[in-house]
Amino acid sequence: MIPKSGNRFPDKAMLKQEDGRVENLRGFGMKKILTSMALIGLVAAGTGAASTWAVAAEEAHNAANPTHFPINEPKEMSWSFTGPFGTYDKAQLQRGLKVYKEVCSACHSMNLVAFRTLSDLGYSDAQIKTLSAEYTIHDGPNDAGDMFDRPGKPSDHFPAPFANDEAAAASNGGAAPPDMSLLAKARGVERGFPQFVFDIFTQYDAGGPDYIHSLLTGYDQTPPAGMVIPEGTHYNPYFMSSVSLKMPKPLSDGQVTYDDGSPQTVDQYSRDVAAFLMWAAEPHMEDRKKTGFRVLVFLLLFGALVYLTKRKVWEGVAH
Amino acid sequence: MSEGHSTYTPKTGLGRWFDARMPLPRLVYDSFIAYPVPRNLNYAWTFGGILAIMLVAQMLTGIVLAMHYTADSNLAFGSVEKIMRDVNSGWLLRYLHSNGASFFFIAVYIHIFRGLYYGSYKAPRELLWILGCIIYLLMMATGFMGYVLPWGQMSFWGATVITGFFTAIPLVGDWIQQLLLGGFAVDNPTLNRFFALHYLLPFMIAGVVVLHVWALHVVGQSNPTGIEVKSKTDTVAFTPYATIKDAFGMLVFLFFFAYFVFYLPNYLGHPDNYTVANPLKTPAHIVPEWYFLPFYAILRAITFNVGPINSKLGGVLCLFGAIVMLFLVPWLDTSKVRSAVYRPWYKLFFWVFVADAVLLGWLGSQPAEGSYVFMAQMATLVYFAFFLVALPVLGLIETPRRLPNSITEAVLEKNKGGGGHLAGATAAPETKG
Repeated sequence: MIPKSGNRFPDKAMLKQEDGRVENLRGFGMKKILTSMALIGLVAAGTGAASTWAVAAEEAHNAANPTHFPINEPKEMSWSFTGPFGTYDKAQLQRGLKVYKEVCSACHSMNLVAFRTLSDLGYSDAQIKTLSAEYTIHDGPNDAGDMFDRPGKPSDHFPAPFANDEAAAASNGGAAPPDMSLLAKARGVERGFPQFVFDIFTQYDAGGPDYIHSLLTGYDQTPPAGMVIPEGTHYNPYFMSSVSLKMPKPLSDGQVTYDDGSPQTVDQYSRDVAAFLMWAAEPHMEDRKKTGFRVLVFLLLFGALVYLTKRKVWEGVAH
Repeated sequence: MSEGHSTYTPKTGLGRWFDARMPLPRLVYDSFIAYPVPRNLNYAWTFGGILAIMLVAQMLTGIVLAMHYTADSNLAFGSVEKIMRDVNSGWLLRYLHSNGASFFFIAVYIHIFRGLYYGSYKAPRELLWILGCIIYLLMMATGFMGYVLPWGQMSFWGATVITGFFTAIPLVGDWIQQLLLGGFAVDNPTLNRFFALHYLLPFMIAGVVVLHVWALHVVGQSNPTGIEVKSKTDTVAFTPYATIKDAFGMLVFLFFFAYFVFYLPNYLGHPDNYTVANPLKTPAHIVPEWYFLPFYAILRAITFNVGPINSKLGGVLCLFGAIVMLFLVPWLDTSKVRSAVYRPWYKLFFWVFVADAVLLGWLGSQPAEGSYVFMAQMATLVYFAFFLVALPVLGLIETPRRLPNSITEAVLEKNKGGGGHLAGATAAPETKG
């Protein structure tokens, strides 16, 4: 595990910090420092943009042998849960759950999500009881020391489709399908400069869902001439680590029946399941944003009062 | 600054009884109420207080998180997710703690750059500065080990890469690395000792903070002019003047902190850390936390061998050298004048250095290939040149601007247009010379 040069010089990432630092200076009345910071920001920005451009030019237009992934950036969709007042669309989450149950769950586990938490999606206790009872849970040992199967209870988590990772890998061409509980937070394409700076102000927090939606709708495309697609994989220009992935196109139009009249298209399925996975990964997001608004309003008002007090205290004291 | 004797006079019988036996109220009064601070401190001086509350906040959230966390390589990831999903307000505690680490570093970087800009490290504040550098080192160790605890992919591989540095040390390197890891690779023993140390180090930080504040109260605060306090009119009482100003600074800082905690809690983290650690699967790009990126860029900039020093050891030496530079600053700077306000050339070089540090941070996040390597090498050169060339040479050749005779004079000068006067001052400003 001692890293050789390959590991020692890993790369890439998110330099989201300088702007964080600059953020903090804002409002501190350090006019001079701020102005200078801005100038430096400009210089750094210029250098950064220039070199990004230079690197992009270096590796430009070798469509058949791309070196950076994904080939296409994820498409930015509009989501109900983004922004400071974002909330989950319960009907959408219910549709997403249906897609997960009927399609994804054949291969993907969702180990961290308990049935009881589905009340967030607008289901009643009785509905959750019925829903969990549809699943068979392997439990035990009982008093006789035997393992047994029983119907699921609301306190159970979604059962995994495979007994273990090895079985999952064996059934899926050697790669275990990732657990979906945190997928919407565990995936995100690097935003690059200067986008990551703007993301602070727009509160962009849908990198995972955008990626999942783009990936699910990104099949059925013809690879550029000359590109080698490894045996047993499927070309998808939105996949973030290679030209193709082991998962075949999972969704097709009309595959899942919606009873609320929503379009039964791959695009709609993908949006719904991506939103559902965002909820699965961040179930307390609504609570977080709601609390956050109150906290910020409090800090703003209290800060204003303290500022006025400070002015009063320092009144007539030259400094 | 600590010229005068204590002015504390207990008003009650109990107060006098206490004061005769253990004068803790006197200590608090002398340190946080009557303590004289220069009247011209700007908001850059509020970051000491901000850092103090960040340390306390990190310890409080950390202790509660530790009540729910399990330091076992099979259970750690799940226990963190349990905190996020099932523990009451667990998501809030964890996001406060993880973003708190980032904001702790944002504050400490502003604090350090403030010290560099105003020459706060110069005599008699060398020890104060060095204690601060020790706190910064302890913070880095704490932050690094804390990042390992969720046992995600970046936790595991970050730990693997960073502990790998130690193998570059000749003769004892492998032994040190194995001691750190508790084995030959990052595994359960590593997680356990990192958790123990992550819990211990903040208390050591608190201890050094006490020394830092003690040293501060002996020599007194520096100030934007860099001129020592000469008379009573140069200062105001800590309470209410500095207290209220610090409080306002803290609230503004907390506003930005809260913005990230509640709206962008994962912005400063890496998505890969939401995938459980897998020793068999190396992430495409391993990156440390953002606050280490400038040093990471310096490490990777050394791609060539120098005599018997191979590129790996050279990188590690430069990495540690970059931190050692900070410790040496009080002796590298030869200038008689403290503050950059009166040092036109130093001021320019200071901002070049800030830009260089930002650039290094950005380069640390980029792949070490193509033009990035050359840029990182140049930026590393600039980094060391600032300390080893600019600081010693500028002090010898630069002509500083005229210094005011006292803080009071500087303040009056500044306020001339606005008709400012020294209210609260008991006597006319004593201008010497």
